Amino acid sequence: MRSKRASSETVADGRSATSTPYVRVSAVSKSYDHGDNPALVLRDVTLNIAPGEFISIVGPSGCGKSTLLKCIAGLQPVTSGRIMVKDEHVLAPPDNMAIVFQRDVLLDWRTVLDNVLLMVEFKGLKRRDYEARATQLLTTYGLGDFLHRYPWELSGGMRQRAAICRALVVDPELLLMDEPFGALDAMTRDDLNVELERLWYATRKTLLFITHGIDEAVYLADRVVVMARNPGRIAEIIDIDIPRPRPLSVRQAPQFGKYTSEIRRLFASLGVVRSE
Amino acid sequence: MKWWTQSEYGRTVVFVLLLMVGLWELADRMFGIRTFLLPPPSSVAVEIFNNPGFYGYQSLYTIYITAMGFALAIIFGVGLAIAIVSSKLLDRLLYTLLIASNSVPKVALAPIFVIWLGTGGEPKVAIAALIAVFPIVINTTLGLRAVDPDMVDLARSARAPNHHVMLKIRLPNALPSIFAGAKVGISFALIGAIVGEFVAGERGLGYVILTSQATFNSPRAFAAIILLSVIGTIMFFIVELCERWLLPWHVSQRSAKAAR
Repeated sequence: MRSKRASSETVADGRSATSTPYVRVSAVSKSYDHGDNPALVLRDVTLNIAPGEFISIVGPSGCGKSTLLKCIAGLQPVTSGRIMVKDEHVLAPPDNMAIVFQRDVLLDWRTVLDNVLLMVEFKGLKRRDYEARATQLLTTYGLGDFLHRYPWELSGGMRQRAAICRALVVDPELLLMDEPFGALDAMTRDDLNVELERLWYATRKTLLFITHGIDEAVYLADRVVVMARNPGRIAEIIDIDIPRPRPLSVRQAPQFGKYTSEIRRLFASLGVVRSE
Repeated sequence: MKWWTQSEYGRTVVFVLLLMVGLWELADRMFGIRTFLLPPPSSVAVEIFNNPGFYGYQSLYTIYITAMGFALAIIFGVGLAIAIVSSKLLDRLLYTLLIASNSVPKVALAPIFVIWLGTGGEPKVAIAALIAVFPIVINTTLGLRAVDPDMVDLARSARAPNHHVMLKIRLPNALPSIFAGAKVGISFALIGAIVGEFVAGERGLGYVILTSQATFNSPRAFAAIILLSVIGTIMFFIVELCERWLLPWHVSQRSAKAAR
């Protein structure tokens, strides 16, 4: 196991030395102005993500992980430092990027298929060109019989699957997921974890996955970024050397347990969780 | 009569209405109340059925004024709300102006409108629209603003143009609020139309009430009042029908749809 302590001096580089990072977060700080005392949300965050890499960010609530995602998505400006996506300075949402939020934010008045095609409309593309792709994606995700149903007729897991299809329909290179399975029950969550791992394995999208579930983070990622709070910062980046594809049973493997207990120890030393 | 056998609510409404009319008739006869003070429902009914053409014409005129005023209120109300939500400057400008002018008793403006627009239909439509526009603007603004920030972020992440956010997210999201405002607005528009007819006019149910007061013709005044309440109720339900038709997805209608 190889682990690195990320500080302002050491830069966590992408996994492959030959390819340039797809996402480059360089010394990013972010503070919200609350009158006299600006609250520092992110302090000196540096992170490179290689093309096709799966990164999980795990951390307690309030560690700024969602803020970091929104900065990478170009939805919020950084206070200092810079973020590059595909060698372009992120000042607005970059092209070829899609987001999945914790809440599915499906539109109640659109059918499942129309919700997926919403992305196509937003991007000014022709619906007709994407209808087949959207239908096929939804069918792959077990929603083939629900194309013309409304979101409220679906279960939580199905709704989140539809939200994932909506992100995938325009075939983004970069997929940002902000605690996408946080509101689901444990069994549905396991299902969606497996599906996401398969999806990533098949498509090799550059994927940034935010969660507060340690097991989920380790199961999915090539590297797990452990964040601490007050102020939000990267505490450690841990390489996960578990072969792919990963069946759900790898969670019982001793190797898997070593990673998760290392992260738990780390949180304990950071004072995030109590160490009995 | 399917609704009669199926809807307990419908039966209750009919029963209560009949009971009220019955008590009214009974009280009139028992206590010998003079007709010009409180005419019995029977004499009001006779009045209406003896002059169907007259009441039909006056009703249609008032309905026309109300509908025009309401339509204008919807167009201006929703338009203003979109402007308010779209720009910070317009928000401060228009919203402040709206709140300030809402405090003016709009009925008091009716005579001014007669000076500006004459004694035809225009001032009446204007008053109806002015009174009805406020609940529509306020509710629509609220509805347009009450959008999940993640939803807006989703649109921004796809670089959606601003008018997409308005047309595909904010406006449909605001429809339930727009209808909430419209339901208040339609009743207000009817009030506005009557006030307009009171101030200056030679047509409409408001004018009928005013002239029958001058001649102590109470059955005629009551006939107009009853027709007004019937018109108000029907208009309200027309708005509600439109709502059901346009918002089959809304939470308030899901249980009804699932039960079918």
